[in-house]
Parts: sequence; C-alpha cells; structure tokens
Amino acid sequence: MTHHPVLRVIAKFMIPLILLFALYVQFHGDFGPGGGFQAGVIFGAGIILYGLIFGLDTAARVIPSWLLQLGVALGVLLYGGVGIASLALGGKYLEYGVLAHDPVHGQHLGIFLVELGVFVTVASVMVTIFVSFAGRER
Amino acid sequence: METLIDLALLGLLAVTALAMLKLRNLFAVVMLSGMYSLLSAGFFVDLDAVDVAFTEAAVGAGITTVLMLGTLTLTTSLEKVSTQKSIAPFILVLATGLILVYGTLDMPGFGHPEAPIHHHVAPRYLKDTPTETGIPNVVTAVLASYRGYDTLGETTVIFTAGVGVLTLLGLARRKEDRRP
Repeated sequence: MTHHPVLRVIAKFMIPLILLFALYVQFHGDFGPGGGFQAGVIFGAGIILYGLIFGLDTAARVIPSWLLQLGVALGVLLYGGVGIASLALGGKYLEYGVLAHDPVHGQHLGIFLVELGVFVTVASVMVTIFVSFAGRER
Repeated sequence: METLIDLALLGLLAVTALAMLKLRNLFAVVMLSGMYSLLSAGFFVDLDAVDVAFTEAAVGAGITTVLMLGTLTLTTSLEKVSTQKSIAPFILVLATGLILVYGTLDMPGFGHPEAPIHHHVAPRYLKDTPTETGIPNVVTAVLASYRGYDTLGETTVIFTAGVGVLTLLGLARRKEDRRP
C-alpha cells in the first residue's frame, strides 16, 4: 500500500493510540469494562493494521513469527501455571487466595496473571491467523 | 427513548442482513457484515452489556472483517449465480426461526427481577466480590476468579484455533525463504 499516503499517515497516527488503548483496557479491567480478551483483540488489531498498511515483511520485523508462536502457547501456559502454583502453595487449582499472604492480594495477583495470560494468547492467535491468511500466495 | 434506539438499531440490522442477501459483490457483503457487527455492538451497549459490545466491536467489526477480506484476496470477489432455486432451504430457515421465536415466549422479561438468573449465584457474586477479591468490576472477578476454569477453557479454545490455523496454513514464509 505504498501509494496511499493518507492511509499511511493516519495509520501511523492511530496505531500507537490503539496499542495504548489495548494496554489501558488490559490494566484497567478491574475497574472498567474489558479485560484480557478484549485487550488482546485490540492489540492484535493494532498489529494487523500495521501489517495491512506497511506490509507483512515490515510487520514480521516488529513481531517475528517465532515470537508469535511462543506467545500462542505462553499465555495458556501462564494461565495453567497460576493454577499449578496455587496447587503447590496448598490451595485448590486456580484458587488465587493462597498466592499471597492476604487472600484479597492473592486474588488481585491471580486475576492479574491469568488476564495477562489471556491477553498474550489472544493477541498472538489473532495476529497468527491474520499472517497465515494474508501470507498465502494466490 | 431507549425503545426507539432499540427499534432503530434492530431495523438497521434487518436492512443490513437483507442487503447482504441480495448483493452478489462479496467485497460489499464483507463490509456490510462488519457494519452488522458494529450495529450489534451498539445494540449490546443499549442492553448495558458493555463487555460484550467491546468484544463484538473488536472481533466482529474489526478482525473478522480483515480476515474475510484476506480470504477474498485468495478467492474471487463475485458470488457465483446459483442455477437451481429451491424452496426447501427457505422453509427450513423459516421453521427454525419460528421455533426460536416460540422459545422466547417462555423466557422471563428482559431485566425482570424474578428471572431465575438473578436468583442463583448472581446475588452472592454481587454481594461478596468486593470483600473476597477487592475488585470493583464484578464481571472481571466472575470471569477470572469465580469462573476461572471456564476462562481457562476459553483461552484453550483460542489456543486450539491458533494451532489449527498454524497446522493447516502455516505462518507466511518470508520471500527470501521461498526463493533459495
């Protein structure tokens, strides 16, 4: 899309805002609407927009494919790992209360970590699906 | 006023769906389906389901549209004219729709305080979330903590979808790799 200066300029202006908004949705999910899934989708959409406007090869330089594949698995691993950690600390699977000295703090930590896991997996999968589709030759 | 907005949104949804049925240009159909999602998102906001609206706007109007456009570049953008016209699918769809509408007649009214959903675990979640988790947003607490298993399952579904696409299509190889 090298012939669309308006698109390129607007995209350059919008993409940082989209990524920042995704992080806001992620870390403000305790108070406002949204959470890991929504934030992951918005973050993925930001990267996809970048790939659409500036080409897949440029996007692959920002987020290489090994990082994408790592992210797909890492998020679920983090989520399940929180469950294992709470088992190891004497609680039930995904019982966040035992993760810290104070149960309420443990809940905070647990929810933060699993939402991060959801975010990483969702964002990586969205970009992966896009790259797989868009990267195919006709 | 709210009823008026609901009616307008639902009317626009119906118009969009009909337009998608009539059009043969798949590019326009994809754009209209994105519009359909955005309208549904607006409708969800009106129903006070902001989290769902968020997801619908981001996934339905955003990513799905891009994926469908990506698919269009691999195929053609014009729908083939079907030669055989059959009344059976129409009757099937109509019957299914009527059964679904009939099913809604037994449902409690929207937001009705006596509805079963407000008497099961919801009151406990609403009452205990602030003291048990210290999180003001009950939706987040339910999703991530009380219903943590379900969310783990959903994340695994997304993971499986990603792995499935990777297995079937594979990540795009860079141009250098393709031409050794």
